[in-house]
Amino acid sequence: MTSFFQSLGMSYEAAWFTATIAGILLIALPLMLAVAMIIYAERKLWAAFALRRGPNVVGPFGLLQSFADGLKVFLQETIIPSASNRGLFLIAPIITFTVALMAWAVIPFADGVVLSNINVGLLYILAISSLGVYGVVIAGWASNSKYPFYSAMRAAAQMISYEVSIGFILICVVLWAGTFNVGGIVEGQRSHIFGFINAYAFNPLLFPIAVMFLISSMAETARAPFDLTEAESELVAGYQTEYSSMAFALFWLGEYANVLLMCALNVILFWGGYLPPVDWAPLYAVPGIIWFFAKILLMFFIFAWVKATVPRYRYDQLMRLGWKVFLPISLFWVFLVSGYLMFTGHFA
Amino acid sequence: MIQLVSFYIFASIVIVAAAMVIFARNPVHSVLWLIVAFFNAAGLMVLIGAEFIAMLLVIVYVGAVAVLFLFVVMMLDIDFAELRAGFIKNVPLGLLLAIVLVAELVLGIGAYQAGAVKLGTPEAGVATVSTTVPNIEAIGALLYSKYVFLFETAGLILLVAMVGAIVLTHRRSHGTRGQSISSQVQRRPQDATRNVNQPVGQGIEL
Repeated sequence: MTSFFQSLGMSYEAAWFTATIAGILLIALPLMLAVAMIIYAERKLWAAFALRRGPNVVGPFGLLQSFADGLKVFLQETIIPSASNRGLFLIAPIITFTVALMAWAVIPFADGVVLSNINVGLLYILAISSLGVYGVVIAGWASNSKYPFYSAMRAAAQMISYEVSIGFILICVVLWAGTFNVGGIVEGQRSHIFGFINAYAFNPLLFPIAVMFLISSMAETARAPFDLTEAESELVAGYQTEYSSMAFALFWLGEYANVLLMCALNVILFWGGYLPPVDWAPLYAVPGIIWFFAKILLMFFIFAWVKATVPRYRYDQLMRLGWKVFLPISLFWVFLVSGYLMFTGHFA
Repeated sequence: MIQLVSFYIFASIVIVAAAMVIFARNPVHSVLWLIVAFFNAAGLMVLIGAEFIAMLLVIVYVGAVAVLFLFVVMMLDIDFAELRAGFIKNVPLGLLLAIVLVAELVLGIGAYQAGAVKLGTPEAGVATVSTTVPNIEAIGALLYSKYVFLFETAGLILLVAMVGAIVLTHRRSHGTRGQSISSQVQRRPQDATRNVNQPVGQGIEL
């Protein structure tokens, strides 16, 4: 895109700057639209699982429901509790929302279509996702109310716990791909199995950690079976309890942008990213971005499925799963994968 | 141009945030300012081309260490009057620390202006890293070849510290009832229930 702006007669620096801004807008704005539609899709899915109709009033098939909700929330009054810490109370949803958008900078949407193709892409994603906890923690503390505070404590402990095993799982994938570059990891999956299947997930050594990563990513985004941070039967609405209006909507949008990001990460790390499922020439006629979005939507369907069907974990069970099950297994898997790769001379 | 602008932005934010860590009245605000400082320091690392160090700074310090700080500090019950009362008492210690720090700073600047210390053996020198290979590969090549023993010693020290922390805090509790997941999973309906075909109108003893 930089060269396009250069052809308009800009200097290289100005062209690069404009291209980056344009790229950010090109990712962020459709992402917001996608989040609105994905909320609608998820509500429809839950309704289908519960044999209900779901949103069907606003627009054809209720397609505009999310926008109506957005408008409603936008017109509400922003209530700031008098005992809260005003500045931090308002910053918290902004942090959640911004951080949810930041990680998309290194996600490749198709071959070479990425805003920032950096060598440490995966580490960047890990770093940004570790920032996500601050929005929740600050919100819980600044509300000066006990249920949000409990929720913030839970969120901090939960996210740190699962980031440990996620880190080890990422190491396994990085070992196999030989690079931290996100695009490089996708390319590493090209004809990975039997010379024609484009996915790490079908590798018998990597399939168990693909499942573990899917579960960990649900825990990391505090989704369905692990949504202890907003367990309504215990904590009212968790860290969002004192929030209203746009601040609340920002939390909501950020949460779903995070879910989409985790779906995208699952797809990129284990299911071949923008590559078609099998390495067969006619399939490459479909643009990579279509494959990528189709896989993300499939992954999101699994997320919604789990949320609609699986009952919530208890907090000690959540911690047990993270520390006593996932951590040892993922640690062992790092040994296993690196040992296998050493033994077969993958690095030579 | 853009490097210069971003350097000044990052550097000035680091300095302001670091100052705010000290000046903020509320410890939670202090920790948050500290996070801002870490984050912008990572930005400075990116500017000198050390993107791996930058990411590690964010992952380790912002993502883990500062969260634990925040965790502890948020649960403090702070009495500001008491904080101010303690100020006078701690002034001598604070002054001593300040003098030591200033002395070290002067020494450091003096040593810097005297020229850099030559590291490594005279014949081999320090392994120079080419700028063409990515950061991670360069660090890995050094860490796992030349400095492998130092690296493993660091790992061992951390392991000992971890084991020590667990030993110090772990208490085997008696009389609490835990959940045994494996026995729950292994339990079958026939272990716990019984089908009885009881004639109508008669009682049953279980």
